[in-house]
Parts: sequence; structure tokens; C-alpha cells
Amino acid sequence: MNQSFAYLKKQPWVWSFAAALAVWLITIAYTEGQGATAILTAALSFATFTIIVGLGQMMVITTGPGNVDLSIPATITLSGVVAMKVMDEQTAMIIPGIVAALGAATLVGIFNYGLIRLLRIPPIIATLSSSFLILSTAISYGRGIRIKPPLPLSDFATARIFGVPLSAILVLVISIGLAVVLKRTVYGRSVLAVGQNMRAAWLAGMNVDRTRFATYVLSAFFSGICGIVLSGFSGGAALNMGEEFLLASIATVVIGGTSVAGGRANVPGIWGAALFMYLLVTMLNTFGASAGVRLILTGLMIIGVIVAAGGEEQR
Amino acid sequence: MSSDSIRLDGVEKSFGAVRALAGVDLHVAAGECLGLVGHNGAGKSTLMHVLSGNLTPSAGELSVGGAKITGNWTAAAAQASGIRCVFQELSLCPNLSVAENVRIVHRSLKGLGWKKRASDLIRAKLDEIFPGHGISPEDEIADLAIGKRQMAEIARAFTVTDGPLRLVILDEPTSSLDAVTAEQLLAYVKTETARGTSVILISHLLGEILSTSDRIVVMKDGKTVAERKARDFSRNSLVAAMGSEAHERRQATAKILGTDVPVLVKARPKTGGSTALEARKGEVIGLTGLAGHGQTRMLLQIYSRDHADVKGAISFIAGDRQSDGIFNLWSIGRNITIRSLKALRKGGLIDLAAEEKLAEDWKTRMAIRTPDVNNNILTLSGGNQQKALFARALGSDAAIILMDDPMRGVDIGTKQEVYAMIRAQADEGRTFIWYTTEIDELSHCDRAYVFRNGEITASLGHDDLTEEKVLQASFAETAA
Amino acid sequence: MNRRLLRQALPFISLAVVLIATFIVQPRTMSYFGLNLMLQYAVPIALATIAQMFIITVNDLDLSIGPFVGLVSCIGATLLLDNPALGIGALAVLIAAYGAVGALVHLRNLPSIVVTLGLSFVWLGIAVLILPSPGGKAPVWLKAIMSVQIPVVPFPIVAAVVIGVVVHLALMMSSYGVIARGAGGNPKALTRAGWSMLRTKIIMYMLAGFFGVLSGLSLLGLTTAGDAHVADRYTLYSIAGVILGGGEFIGGRVSPMGAVVGALTLALAGSFLIFLKISPDWQIGAQGAILIIVLALRALVTYGEQKR
Repeated sequence: MNQSFAYLKKQPWVWSFAAALAVWLITIAYTEGQGATAILTAALSFATFTIIVGLGQMMVITTGPGNVDLSIPATITLSGVVAMKVMDEQTAMIIPGIVAALGAATLVGIFNYGLIRLLRIPPIIATLSSSFLILSTAISYGRGIRIKPPLPLSDFATARIFGVPLSAILVLVISIGLAVVLKRTVYGRSVLAVGQNMRAAWLAGMNVDRTRFATYVLSAFFSGICGIVLSGFSGGAALNMGEEFLLASIATVVIGGTSVAGGRANVPGIWGAALFMYLLVTMLNTFGASAGVRLILTGLMIIGVIVAAGGEEQR
Repeated sequence: MSSDSIRLDGVEKSFGAVRALAGVDLHVAAGECLGLVGHNGAGKSTLMHVLSGNLTPSAGELSVGGAKITGNWTAAAAQASGIRCVFQELSLCPNLSVAENVRIVHRSLKGLGWKKRASDLIRAKLDEIFPGHGISPEDEIADLAIGKRQMAEIARAFTVTDGPLRLVILDEPTSSLDAVTAEQLLAYVKTETARGTSVILISHLLGEILSTSDRIVVMKDGKTVAERKARDFSRNSLVAAMGSEAHERRQATAKILGTDVPVLVKARPKTGGSTALEARKGEVIGLTGLAGHGQTRMLLQIYSRDHADVKGAISFIAGDRQSDGIFNLWSIGRNITIRSLKALRKGGLIDLAAEEKLAEDWKTRMAIRTPDVNNNILTLSGGNQQKALFARALGSDAAIILMDDPMRGVDIGTKQEVYAMIRAQADEGRTFIWYTTEIDELSHCDRAYVFRNGEITASLGHDDLTEEKVLQASFAETAA
Repeated sequence: MNRRLLRQALPFISLAVVLIATFIVQPRTMSYFGLNLMLQYAVPIALATIAQMFIITVNDLDLSIGPFVGLVSCIGATLLLDNPALGIGALAVLIAAYGAVGALVHLRNLPSIVVTLGLSFVWLGIAVLILPSPGGKAPVWLKAIMSVQIPVVPFPIVAAVVIGVVVHLALMMSSYGVIARGAGGNPKALTRAGWSMLRTKIIMYMLAGFFGVLSGLSLLGLTTAGDAHVADRYTLYSIAGVILGGGEFIGGRVSPMGAVVGALTLALAGSFLIFLKISPDWQIGAQGAILIIVLALRALVTYGEQKR
């Protein structure tokens, strides 16, 4: 018992869950227990979207310093728009719509890495520039009418099993899969190795290029999934639907205990961090804090976490 | 002893458990050129970093110009006392011009017209040391070839503005200079010492130490072990003092290979020359010559199968563990198995039990001293980290193993264990291509290639692998 | 052809190409008022770009400059208007805060991207507290400065040139500028020569804060009302401007003139795309494309340089 506690204490993700729990407890203490489960359910629903893109961002950041995907918001929008347009409110077109949306997202990932590798543009600028192009594509393609999602899709996105959102279960499955990939596949190990030391990884026989390529594509693919489900959840695609996810994706990665210097990923931490961030906003709302205070606290939280984590990572 | 320019008494420096300096006494007189020699890891570089204020000694005393240093000994304080250092890794900013780099070490170069003053200063010094240098003060460092950068840095160390110039430390200053400029520099050192400046010259080239220094100090294992006037040393007595009397017994004979043994590697250096390297199954091939003359590039060329005919899987053992070898965040086990992950897969997933077994196996075979392979790699000493890298390569399916001077900073006991392992593995049919900077290690090779300026200049058989013959081959062209 | 020269000339060539293209598409812009109108927002963008450049010089990145500029515009439209002394004091505190962030990043060896990301929330939060919705009023003197009419040459061009020259003198010509750039090129060498990296970082961050303040105030002079979100895009513009201007993310290789030219190019590209009657849908995309094309050209030039 003592041993397992000591083990737990060493896991960086424990802190984000502990923080999320603390914030939740404070909130329901304030409301005197009212809406305790409703808050949790809502947190799971909304956090789901942050988690899925957070996982993609986590993989990209894990491949080493300088790697980051700034095209996530644009890709979410593109995927949502493509899905809605192809589905065109018809149930029969759901599958083609999903395929088309994920296909578009995959192309984005390929394009991103092409810029990084072939034109040797630093990832931050490459994904930024491509996000402009992607956003324009989405605007141009999806202009005009607002298309509603087919009923089964919105049903899926809002459905719950014993109070747990179906989308959360889907993302949980993806998370477990990703954790297995990181621990037990050559690709996963390559990501961790490349992130620690790209040259050493190459000399140890890893295919550095293929690893980085797959990672950028994976991140775009996850953004694609987010775009589809989010459109179903919120009754259609919107051009600004991805906006909040840029900062959120990076923030969850940092708070969740993934190393910003690369080489150490943390899947559970993404969950803890996403739940924490949502619950924090809920708590501040419950307290009646203004938008300004919420923003300031969020910012200080990110800085606080990185300052606390930064000390042990000098290498 | 008032003429002492600088004096160290009982200086110690430890990095964790490693004792880099174990009580060094050293003094340099004004106007003296002190030669400092010692094997890799003898503590010379650490000592120089202490002198230049970049490292604070753990114990001991330091006096400059007869005055004991009591306050904080920092880089700024060393600068102010007139101590300059030309480090092995260059201390120039690649994005700045030559003149701007001069400004960095001279605080008084400011105000209107500083750029002109800096340019004049460095141009005059370059002209003085390296006549016909062909460097303009406006040149950006990044645009200069490595030799010219070295020249700029050396000249910068000798420039004087308002402060005194007391001592210049030259750490392997000729490593990237050609024969002519190296001569120019050594001649200048004599001129400068005649003016009263002290110079500490560190070099692996015993010839230049013997010809240039007034006095020579030999370091070994963090201590000074011999100190005499330069004329009282000969090349042989110097080598003896450095401690290579501990010659282990040479391997009796080279392996005799039948003609049917296949050639696994055949590659001609892309950097030049017409001689190609060839390695047959079961051979241990040495790469030697002066450090940095294309040996590592040759290994990388073979590794990337770039203009190289290679038959079989390759594994690479890095010498620079930090930058090329270990994964800091991982356990010992994961560091060992990374090269074998593909073979450890079962149904697409890595078989964790098999992975653990492989790690345990090789921990035992290499005698890696750790209670648990799941401990972080950094819990190991340097030598044991290196063993883990050997385990990574030897535990893999590789038929050809490339070694990039892997014994740097490894203790002698570990070395012996690894040498035996290499021999045993070669007898089992593995091929080793081994770049080493320690000539003694060549005795474990069947054959060796000598590199110079990126070319293979000689191919030596086992019986020719003596220090003398290797050095001769290394200097073949400059002997005149 | 000297490739280094070519690379340095690339920002200027890009600007010339966009400018000429604009003149061809819309000849009426080739006038005092046309240029004045087209380029007026170039001034705050150029100032923000310079701010970003100071941070990039020491190998960091500032993801908070946009919200910071927004915050300054809010303070300018409220505090500075009502109580100039207090307003100036608040802006000074902000600059000091930038210095403190620089110290924090250096001392704890933190990734600047994450710290400034968090900071962007803080700036935005404070700005929203001051002005929950756009409002306030620009001080009269600010408006006067920003609408000054200079004979013959439009004000934005003069201002851009002045900014570029001043920063060029400070960073590229002065003896302290050498230390700042050296800190990006080889921090170890700087430390060895006895310079304090901490001090250098604090100074560069404070300079970034100072130019961020100038950017916010000049923007306020143009918009005449404060808005927390007015400069959200400036973070991206400023990074793109530095890179377009020939700067590099690491290694202390920056060019103040280039950065100003890069900012002008970005500002102009917006107008150009409007004149081109490109569907508004594609305007952001076209900016992305311009960015990619210029960087691709540079990659080509640099590649040739390495092969030489």
C-alpha cells in the first residue's frame, strides 16, 4: 500500500488529477453538493475535445524541442466543414463524410511535414503558414449555408451511457490505444527516442524521418476526429470552431506532465489537465468571477506548472 | 617567487564521484612557456577551466601575480587579471564578424568608432602572428573555414587594450591549423614570451611541445606526475612519463583469414583519396591517425551506406555518449534494447518480457554494475553507461559494428573487459570497425587504416601497429 | 551572384515585388494618400515585430506580444487618458514585468514558448478587466502623432525607416548590440568572456516590452479606442515579420531593417490581396502562401550557399 502510494506520487499525471479533484470538491462545496454529477458529466463532454487534440499535440511536442503543431484549430475547422458538407444532412452519407474529413486532415499533416522537411521551415512557422491556407480552404469550401449534422451523428456526439458521454468513451479507447503505442510499438519508442536525442536515435537505428512524418500526420488526424465529433456535438461546423483549441492543446500538454523538452509523453496527464482546466473555469464561473479573472488565473496556472516542472528538467 | 605569473596550490575539483583534479600544484613564471601534456582525461581541460574562471575549484589556492585570490574566482575576474584562453571548442560567436568577436572580450572597445578600433586591433595581431592570413575583420565567423576561425580566435587571445595580458592558455591550438600556420603560431609564442607574457601550451603533438616550451609538466589522473625543463625531456621520456609504460601484452598474432571469407564492407572516403577501406567477416579493423581527420566521417558514411558497399546489418557505438549515445530519460534496459525492438515484436507489439530478458542477459554478459536494469541510465558511471551502449550493439542482430572512439573517459578495468568481449565476438564472426584515439588500443585490431585530411594514407598490418609507425604514418606528409 | 547578399536582399525584393504588383493592380495607390492609407497599420506591426525580434535575438520566442499590445491599447485608452502619470507608471510596470519574465526564463531554464503562452492569458485577462468591451478614448496627442502629415513622403514610410535605422544602430552597430547578438550566437562564449547572460536576457526582454508598449500606443492612435482583442493577430504577424525579414529562430541572426521590411510586406500584402479582388475567403490563405513562398525561396538560396 505504502509502496503503491510512493509509486503514484512519482507519476506526473497524478498532480493534474489531484488538482482537478480539488477544484471539483471546492466547487461542489460552494454549491453545497448541487450539480456535482452534472458538473462532472459536462466536464467529460467538453474536455473530450481538448483531450483528443491534446493527445496529438502531445505526440508532436514529444518529438523534441521546436516541434509544435499550430495548425490544429484550422484542421479542426476544415474537417468539420468537409464532414458537414459531404454528409449534407443525410444519414447515408455519414461514412463518406467521415472518410472525406479524415482524408482532408491527413493531407494537412502530410503538407505540414512536407514544409518542415522539404523546405526546412521551422515547425512553428510551417504549421502557422499552412494553418492560414487550411483556414482559407475551409472558408471557401464551406461558405454560405450552415449545414446541420445528420441526426445519428449528433445523437452519437451527445449520447451518454450511464451518464458518461459516448464521445468520452471513444476518446478513452483512443487514449488507451495511444498509451499502448507509446510503450509497445517501435513507432512509439521512436517518438520518445527522437524527442530525447535525434542524432542518437538515428545512430541507434531508428527511422527519424518516418517517425516525425507519422507524428505530424497523427496530430492532424486527431484534429480531424475532433472536428467531426465537435460538429455533431454543437449542431454544425463553424469557422471559428477550432479557435480555442490552439492554446488549450498546448496548455494540457504542459500541465499534464509531458516534457516540453521532448522525449517524455504522458497520456493520463492529458485527461487530468483537460478536466482540470474545464473544472477550473466552472469553479470560477460558480464563484461569479469575471472573464478577465478566469484568463489571468489560467495563465498563471500554466506559468506556475512550468516553473515547478522546469527545475527538474535541466539537462 | 615573485616572478610567478600564476600559481596553483593543491587545487581539487570533483564532478559528483569523479575526481577530475586531485590536488594540483602548478606555477607559471612570467615570460615562460609551459608545456602541458597528458592522456585524454588526465585533467588538463578541467585545470584550464579552473584557471580561466569557468569552474570553481572544490579546494586549493590560486594566486595571480603573487597575490592570493580570496574573492570569487569568475570568468570576469580571470579576464580582468589578464588570463585568456583558447579552448578546444571554439569560443567565437558564429553570427558575428571577427571584429565584433574581439569586442566581446574587450570591454573597453565601446563608444564611437569602436568597430574601427577593434578591426585595427585584430588586423594588426593577425598580421603579426599569421602573415598572409587572408582574413578580413568584417568576415562573419560562420563564413570562415575552421582553420581560419582558429586563427582568429588565437589572434584575439593575444590582443591587448587597456587591461594587462598575463597568461594565454592554448588548448590544442594547432588541431585545425595547417603546417605553415602552426609553425607561425609556435614562432609567435616565443616572441610573445620574450615580451614577458606567460603561455600554457597543451598539445598532443609532442614535437611541438618539446620544441616550443621552456618547461614541461605531465599530468595523469588529475595530478601532475612529472615536471622538468623541456631540454631534459625526450620524446621517449615524455611518453614514458605520461604512463604508457603500462603496456598490456599485445595480442600475439593477427587472425589469419582464408580467402573464402567474404568482404562485408568496402568504402572509399568521400572526403578524398584513392584508397578504400575493406573489412571482412570476423575482422577487427582499426581507424587511426590524428583526431578529427575523417575517421568519424568514414564511420558515418558506412553507417548511412552512402557510397559504401555494405553487406549486413550495422550497429553504431558512439564515443560521445551524451550527444550520440544514451537516452537520458530512459532506463538502462530501454537504452540497451532500443536497437533490437523490431526483433522483439510479437504480433506487432513489443514483447515486454522478452525485452526485459534481453536487457538482463546483456547486463550480465557485459557485467554492467547495477542492481536493476530498470534504473535510469544516468545512475550508472560513465564506464558502465558505455558498457550499456556496447550491450545495445552486441545484443542486436548487427553483423557489422562501428565504434567511434568508444573508450573515451572509460576506466582501465572496464576497458579490459570490453577488449575481451570484442575479441570473443570477432571470433564468433562479427566485424568491427574501430576508430580509436588511443594508439595502445590498436593492438587489439587485426589491421588499421591511417587517416589524414579525410584520406586514407596508409594501411598497416597487425605487426606494424606500434606507436612509432602509426605516428610516422600520421605525419607522413609533414615530416619534411 | 553572392548568395549571402542575395539572402539579405530577399526581404527588400519581396517588398518591392508586392509594392509593384499593388501599383499595377491599383494604380491609384501610387500616391501620397494611397500609400498613407495602405501602410498606416504598418507602424504598429513594425514596432511589434521589432519587439519580437529582440526576444528572438536571444533564442527565445514571445507568444504573448499580441495580447500585450492589446493590453497597452486598453491602458492607453483609459488610465493614460484619465491620469497620465498613473498611465505611464502602469506601462513602466509592464516593461519591468517583461524583464522579470526574461529573468525567470533564464534562471529556471524554461521554454519561453510555454511561459509566454501562459503570459498571453494574463495580459488578455488584465485587458478584459480594464475594458470588458472595446471603448475608452485615445489621448489627443497620440491621435495627433499618428495622423501627422509629412510633406512628400507619407508618415508611415518615414516612421518605418526611422524605427529601422534606430534599432539597426542600437543592435547592429553599437558595442552593446554585439553582446546581445553574441548571446544568441554562442551564450557559452559570452559567459566565458565574463558577461552576464541573465542581464542580457533581462535587457532584451525589457526592450521587447518597451517596443510592445510603443506598438500598442501607436495602434491606439490609429484606432482611437481601446480593445483587448485588437492585436490578437500581432503575435503571428510579428514572428512572420522577423522571419520574412531574414531573421532566424536561433543563433542570434536577426536584421532590424529586414524585420521592418517584413512587417511592411505583411501589411501591404493585406491591401494588395484586397485590390486583387481575391475572394475574401482566400485572403488569409494568400498570406500563408506568401509566407511559404518567401521561406521556400530562402531555403533555396541557403541550400545553394551550403553546397558552395
